[in-house]
Amino acid sequence: MELITLRGIEKTYQMGDIAVPVLKGISLAIRQGELVALTGSSGSGKSTLMNILGCLDHPSTGEYWLDGQEVSRLSTDERALLRNRKLGFVFQSFNLLARTSALENVAMPLSYTAEHLSDRAARERAAEMLARVGLADRLDHHPSQLSGGQQQRVAIARALINHPPVLFADEPTGNLDSRTSEEVLQMFERLNIEDGITIIMVTHDPKVASHAQRVIRMDDGVILDEASSGGPGRESKGGGA
Amino acid sequence: MKVYTTARTAFRALRRNPMRAMLTTLGIVIGVGAVIAMMEIGAGSSAALKKTIASMGANVLVIRPGTASSGGITFGSGSTTTMTPEDSQAILRECPSIRNATPMVRARAQVVYGNRNWVPNAIYGVTPAYLDVQDWSILAEGDPFSERDVLNGNRVCLLGQTLVRELFEGESPVGKEIRIKNIAFRVIGVLTPKGANMMGLDQDDVIIAPWTTIKYRVTGLSLANTNQSAVAATDSVNTLSNLYPTTPRSLYPERSSIQQANNPMPIRFANIDQVMAAASNAEEISAAIEQISLVLRERHRIRPGEPDDFIIRDMAELTRTLSTTTKLMTNLLLAVALISLVVGGVGIMNIMLVSVTERTREIGLRMAVGARGRDILRQFLVEAVVLCLTGGAMGIVLGHGGSLLVRTLLNWPVETSPSAIAASVLVSAGVGIIFGFYPAWKASRLDPIEALRYE
Repeated sequence: MELITLRGIEKTYQMGDIAVPVLKGISLAIRQGELVALTGSSGSGKSTLMNILGCLDHPSTGEYWLDGQEVSRLSTDERALLRNRKLGFVFQSFNLLARTSALENVAMPLSYTAEHLSDRAARERAAEMLARVGLADRLDHHPSQLSGGQQQRVAIARALINHPPVLFADEPTGNLDSRTSEEVLQMFERLNIEDGITIIMVTHDPKVASHAQRVIRMDDGVILDEASSGGPGRESKGGGA
Repeated sequence: MKVYTTARTAFRALRRNPMRAMLTTLGIVIGVGAVIAMMEIGAGSSAALKKTIASMGANVLVIRPGTASSGGITFGSGSTTTMTPEDSQAILRECPSIRNATPMVRARAQVVYGNRNWVPNAIYGVTPAYLDVQDWSILAEGDPFSERDVLNGNRVCLLGQTLVRELFEGESPVGKEIRIKNIAFRVIGVLTPKGANMMGLDQDDVIIAPWTTIKYRVTGLSLANTNQSAVAATDSVNTLSNLYPTTPRSLYPERSSIQQANNPMPIRFANIDQVMAAASNAEEISAAIEQISLVLRERHRIRPGEPDDFIIRDMAELTRTLSTTTKLMTNLLLAVALISLVVGGVGIMNIMLVSVTERTREIGLRMAVGARGRDILRQFLVEAVVLCLTGGAMGIVLGHGGSLLVRTLLNWPVETSPSAIAASVLVSAGVGIIFGFYPAWKASRLDPIEALRYE
């Protein structure tokens, strides 16, 4: 079943009088349960595509079907609601709230959900999520008391709190050393396999991309090529369209 | 997003930088504190003022004869002899806004008891209604004189507290005899203490007696002649021309009974110094003045267009002037306090703008996980309101403490005003909303992509 379908997505930014096309007709289908890496050099449009996929932005033209719903023409508020229910985000710089416990950081998205959870239920759910990322003993730690890998795991727990079908990770290992990177990536793989969560990562690191089953390479606003899972380093040069 | 959650989030956000939050609210604290202190002190002063005026006999109207003039020279109010006791009765009878009225004659004379003497501020000749007019009906001792005493010109009197102190040295004066200008008066009652009035006049330094007695037995004069100082000087001193100095002087030449029988003269009216009337309440004063004016113009046969031959004075004029003054002062101070509130509000806005900039990434994150623009707006608005309300609460405590301090240290009258407290809670919340809105609106309009990328 296809969770995400893009048809002819274009995005053009208006810089004064000049129209700058960033995405030039992207069509893409991502099935449920896939672990996809989106790679490309900087300026290739992968971040813009990510923003559109993540419903932070809407395309200039084209269709975007997410979970059987056309979302490219939704209003700002409708998109916020959609992000809350169906999408999870993990950022390069973690973006945890400073001086706020891990538990409260994880529970934060719940305050924007339509279904009002009681305070206790929210905390229980947050604790459960933290346990799932292996931080059951760090509930009351503040971000400054956690290592980079732990912080990113808190961020992952936060992204999963609403049980979204899709998780977006924007350079999730960009601020981590290779060992903790590996930990985080393994966590992604586990979530992907065990819970069937669709994960879409943006990365320019081939080593990170190698963890994905499917690598989509972008260049200058179009999809250059796609490769299904293979050995590390092989898809860095691309294996043909 | 629930209100409770929003408020908690706001508290948490403020707790991240408690020092800055404290300093930010300082403007509000001072503003609200000043407002509360001003209101309480102002309310206290005007309450004290009202009490003072009430003890002077609020609602009292004094009707005096007008001024006589001759050849362009006026002789001052009271120099015509047009007021009569009948005027007083007519006022009471015909003016619905008047509660009570009494004629009054005034005298000033030496009072003797035993080997002590004293010159009271005033000797008032009135009817028993005077006590009601002046809110003085409760006596410290004894009983008031009656209408019969007035009709008969009985030599009875009521003493003020000052006289009791000066003449009797703590002894009870009831039943004793004092002499006013060598005329013996029996003391039948003692007035309750009233203290000095607003002008510093000792209101207890008085003797009250039936006006007929004072007029016909003590002075035999009216203000028409006492006002001219030369006459007054010869009044109390023994002179050779007056064989029996204490014999009451007749206003008119005495006529023998034969003369009276031969050609009876129409009964002349007795003139009095003034009429004191009490309006039924403060609101009725202006109506009462109009009614009295109508009645007296009719009784004195004054044609339309001719000036009044009487003057009506009301204490309310004084009351109004004084309360206007205090109100003006309170408003002035309130304006200053409000300015400080506005300054405090600008401070809040400033800090909230800084806070929005500083927390751009947080805003971006919250938007990414599903916060709508209005959620962000509400969060920052609630934060500003929480800041202001906390400041307001501290200000209320500060202002109330300040006014209590003023009361204990300076002995100023102070009155807690719940309405001021309620108002300042509303005002500080209002300041929070007004000055917090722009930063919150700015935060809610952020683009999540830009905000997340913000360094």
